[in-house]
Amino acid sequence: MAVRRTVVGISSPRGLEEALRAAYFLADEGISTAGYLSLALGKPLLLEGAPGVGKTEAAKAIAGVLGRRLLRLQCYEGIDAAAALYEWNFPRQMLALRQHSEGAGPVDIYRDEFLIERPMLACLRRPEETMLLIDEIDRSDHEFEAFLLEFLSDFQISIPERGAVHAYERPVVILTSNRTRELHEALRRRCVYHWIEYPAPEREIQIIRLRAPGVGERAARAVVAAVGRLRREPLSKHPGIAEAVEWAEAASLLNQQGERWPEAFRRSLGVVIKTEEDLVHVVQKIDVILAETSA
Amino acid sequence: MIDLTRPITHFLNFSATLRRAGFAVAPEQTIAWLAAIDILGPDEIGDIHRAARAMLAPPPERFAEFDAIFDAHFRGAPTPTSDSPPGEEAPLQAADDRGGGPEPLFGDETRESGASATRAERLSTRRFLAATEGDTLRRFTRAFPARAPKRRGYRWRPAHGGPGTDARRMFRDAMRNAGEFVRLRRRRRSVRQRRIVVLIDISGSMKERTQAHLSFAHALVHAAATVEVFTFGTRLTRITRALRHRNRVQALAIATLLVADWDGGTRIGEALNAFLAIPRFSALARGAALVVLSDGLERGNPTAMVAAVARFSRITWRTVWLTPLAIDPSFEPKTAGLKAASPYLDELGDGGSLASICEHVLELVNARAV
Repeated sequence: MAVRRTVVGISSPRGLEEALRAAYFLADEGISTAGYLSLALGKPLLLEGAPGVGKTEAAKAIAGVLGRRLLRLQCYEGIDAAAALYEWNFPRQMLALRQHSEGAGPVDIYRDEFLIERPMLACLRRPEETMLLIDEIDRSDHEFEAFLLEFLSDFQISIPERGAVHAYERPVVILTSNRTRELHEALRRRCVYHWIEYPAPEREIQIIRLRAPGVGERAARAVVAAVGRLRREPLSKHPGIAEAVEWAEAASLLNQQGERWPEAFRRSLGVVIKTEEDLVHVVQKIDVILAETSA
Repeated sequence: MIDLTRPITHFLNFSATLRRAGFAVAPEQTIAWLAAIDILGPDEIGDIHRAARAMLAPPPERFAEFDAIFDAHFRGAPTPTSDSPPGEEAPLQAADDRGGGPEPLFGDETRESGASATRAERLSTRRFLAATEGDTLRRFTRAFPARAPKRRGYRWRPAHGGPGTDARRMFRDAMRNAGEFVRLRRRRRSVRQRRIVVLIDISGSMKERTQAHLSFAHALVHAAATVEVFTFGTRLTRITRALRHRNRVQALAIATLLVADWDGGTRIGEALNAFLAIPRFSALARGAALVVLSDGLERGNPTAMVAAVARFSRITWRTVWLTPLAIDPSFEPKTAGLKAASPYLDELGDGGSLASICEHVLELVNARAV
């Protein structure tokens, strides 16, 4: 196991936490430890958590800290190697063959210019300047997960026409999953694992104040308390951090236009609760929740 | 590198303790954990704990248990016991035939042992004889492979028509024809069997039909490539593995032993929600054809059942509910639960006879395109 204790000047979890803070991402001890270990041990980082807890944001912030270009591979049902690795630019290959006059020697149609790089290949070829984010793997099929497993253990892919391509240094890879289905044990084993929770109230208040400077301390506090209550309700989609920030912003805007406080929250409920069934459920209780949390 | 002069046995023992408690810890994870501790310093016990969480990767629903074992091992806390005193009302239990035993579904802080729960619910067991409707089932097993519901697979296959151009094959052909592209070659995704999930109601009101339903499930398990079978009454039990036994009499006997809530009351809503609440179960239903064999007679408030059916309709490919009450073709759901749930069902049909159930499952292939 190749261990690098210092990565871009970061030599401890605390160092990563501070660097992330400078990149406007407030990390807790758990995620900074997992993130640092992943960088130091050269293992992929697997972030799991409910939708909206900031998994993708965390990946973007880490890419920012490392000063690398983020290559994002969004997974979906039916994703295949052509979308993840590479494709040959078939029309250009044919055109090149047609244009090539006879007697001018052989033409190589498997040159780089005919190769369309997809995120995984791009990351292998330039590991020092890129970071690969494989987003929402739980959406992909089991076959793709197995394929990913192979990629993550060897960091090598083979292109039949060109031979194997492998990374000359271990690429930084972050995987995220909403846990709509269980990932394969072998994949978890390859990775450094972190389960992201909704942030603690104090930290969520800080996040809101950081992202939406126009929101007052009291409004942020009330939003965090109310969102915390909503996350305990049986909803099909619980409000994430982005929703909390938006709610605080929206309610503050209404408040500036003369709306009174609890009412401003209620009228801007649409930015937090976005499905009809959830809205029906929440509308009955929102007065109680707001009365409790705004007090 | 790991400094081997330090006493690492204590750390290795921790992995062993975790394995005994049913956590999957691979040797490579233990090594990575030791390397992580070495890198971190460590300044305090919290570093070791965070490294353990990150490198040994316990599943989130077992964090509390993991932390308790960690505290016992490294901080000298009292050894955690898995048996907690039984509560006033036993929560609905789900049993998975992959081992691990029954687990509580509501509230993850207490883990009640399977034995005490069994006593608490005073569950009955019963024996089965194999059904004699073997002929219908044999015909079903033969017909199924050709008429199984399908989904698009991962790999591409050469085909006569299809959305993709098979460039690699065309170049190979061109090689033989002096560089001329003579024919446009096509390829398409391979086709796989779509998973079928069968939920069998084994409550008292379904007593007459249970045996036939299990026989059907056995036939299906042997005919289909991917299938999962659960029973529900007052609890949820996964019996797929038991049914894999080739001999039907033996398979049903093993399944009978697994299921502990024969002919009990019905908690359909709770059972369906229990299924949905366990991620690895609900993942089975995602994109699958769900077949529920139940009369839908829910005691008390049907809200939970309706909500569960609505949720199923969103994650499955098809949701089919077969009830023995629908023998009459002009059947209209009478009970409040089934009436409210029927808009979410792709089909509400006759589950009164084996032949009819087989027919419905074979009809799945003609359902709406993917």
